[in-house]
Amino acid sequence: MKLPVIEPQRDDITQAPSINPELTAQWLEAFLRDELIAGRSIERAVVGLSGGVDSAVTAYLCARALGPKNVYGVRMPYKHSSPASLSDARLVSEALGINECTIEITAAADGYLQFEPDADARRRGNVLARVRMLVLFDQSAKLGALPVGTGNKTERLLGYFTWHADDSPPVNPIGDLYKSQVWKLAEYLGVPRALIDKAPSADLEADQTDEGDLGITYAKADAILSRILEGYTNDQLVTRGFDRGEVEIVRKRLDSTHWKRHLPTTAMLSNTAINEFYLRPVDF
Amino acid sequence: MNVVNVAIVQTKPRKGKYRENLRDLRDVFAQAGADPVDLIVLPEAALTGYFLEGAVYELALDSDAFAGDLSAAWLETNPGKDVDIVCGFYENCDGTYYNSAVYLEVANGNASVKHVHRKMFLPTYGVFDEERFLSRGRHLETFETRFGRMAMLICEDCWHAIVPTIAAVKGARILIVPSAAPGRGIEDGGELTSITRWRGILESIAAEHGVYLLYAGLAGFEGGKGMTGSSRIVDPHGRTIVEAPPLGAHIIRAPIDLAEIDLARATLPLLGDLHAVLPDLLADEELPLR
Repeated sequence: MKLPVIEPQRDDITQAPSINPELTAQWLEAFLRDELIAGRSIERAVVGLSGGVDSAVTAYLCARALGPKNVYGVRMPYKHSSPASLSDARLVSEALGINECTIEITAAADGYLQFEPDADARRRGNVLARVRMLVLFDQSAKLGALPVGTGNKTERLLGYFTWHADDSPPVNPIGDLYKSQVWKLAEYLGVPRALIDKAPSADLEADQTDEGDLGITYAKADAILSRILEGYTNDQLVTRGFDRGEVEIVRKRLDSTHWKRHLPTTAMLSNTAINEFYLRPVDF
Repeated sequence: MNVVNVAIVQTKPRKGKYRENLRDLRDVFAQAGADPVDLIVLPEAALTGYFLEGAVYELALDSDAFAGDLSAAWLETNPGKDVDIVCGFYENCDGTYYNSAVYLEVANGNASVKHVHRKMFLPTYGVFDEERFLSRGRHLETFETRFGRMAMLICEDCWHAIVPTIAAVKGARILIVPSAAPGRGIEDGGELTSITRWRGILESIAAEHGVYLLYAGLAGFEGGKGMTGSSRIVDPHGRTIVEAPPLGAHIIRAPIDLAEIDLARATLPLLGDLHAVLPDLLADEELPLR
């Protein structure tokens, strides 16, 4: 007689990490209230609304945490920006009832770029990102608000952002969420469908998409990244069902961008070097 | 005394603002003292916040000075009332720094320190960096109180099953656990997975040894890291009888009946069994004891 054999179900580790969106939203709302109100006595937030899902989720979280009247969505189109980005950003501010303003950055960006006619797309994109951050910080100063960051974990890990621009706001609620998790959170929060369904894009060039730039879908990148961060080697990932070429794309981007996730490198000369010996937490 | 009125104060301190947090504690003591209370338990680093890095050297206190601040706060708001207080703090002992908890008895207007426990397991991995700044406690002591024998374990002390086991074998009937647990794990379920893990550990310890577990969790976000509160009282059958939510400052309270300890041990005499077998286990030459 043969006995029935019971074996555990093997986890499919090729899936992007899951999320409980209700729990996450609650936690992030508490985070925003603590960081802004309790920690800094600031009740207002400024969010750059790009028309994408990351900034939409951030605006939704801010509105829930601080109340819509304390949230300022800023649209910052450049002359080549897609009109759809502008109208999708409007969907967010209308749905939430937050404050909205539009500050065209063409004059500011071109004020510099006119002297650099040979600047390639990468340089031009970085200039636009840095001008936008200039606007967000100044608007925050004007409004007595704090700029709130919108960078997700996937783009942070892949280095797919402009250093000291997208990553510069002092508080970021979604920076430990992979893009796939941001999408699930967006659905739970009720972000307009058009923003969830459209292909993510930095909108620095016409027809640009993130996944086209990266050479991999977010779903696959998120699954690979999450396992790399858990300690899996490339060979182990391939053995468990990942495509070697895609694993290598992700690993290369991750390993070549550690510097983008740090403050500038400072020469250490003393026993009191800041952040080496002199260590104080950010909220002290 | 067979029934002890316990209040656990889940604090959400302002980072590094010891004096302000101590002032707030007076209001909390006034509230807690308005109802019958015999024992008040506060979290790890309850009045400074947990992640201090190098600022720990600025904020660490001599245990007598810290106990003096606590007893003054109590007596100012509850003159003439007796109470025992447990509170976590960063300790400066002649220039050696510890993550400690004090057990203070206030009786007849006088305060006496019954015990100071220095955290033995200093997490220094991932988000944690305690051993960079602090020294390890070297002793796990149980101590007598007017409510019976107790032990204090701070946070990771509790994650090593052998520590509460030794405390129980040494006679502790109530284990007090001040803690600061940064939350993580949003993947599944209705709560952070780190909270689920803590609950399992605490309820398992209580059920195995037939002890009360008084867990005080720090709350509030510290530089993005959210402390998970979830203070709880676990009875000697391993059941959580009252618990606080993860977020925000709270007081949870319950009368705990010490007779339940004997009932639980009669029903499930695992601690007695351990007493019998432990010498054989420890005599094992394969154990790397030295």
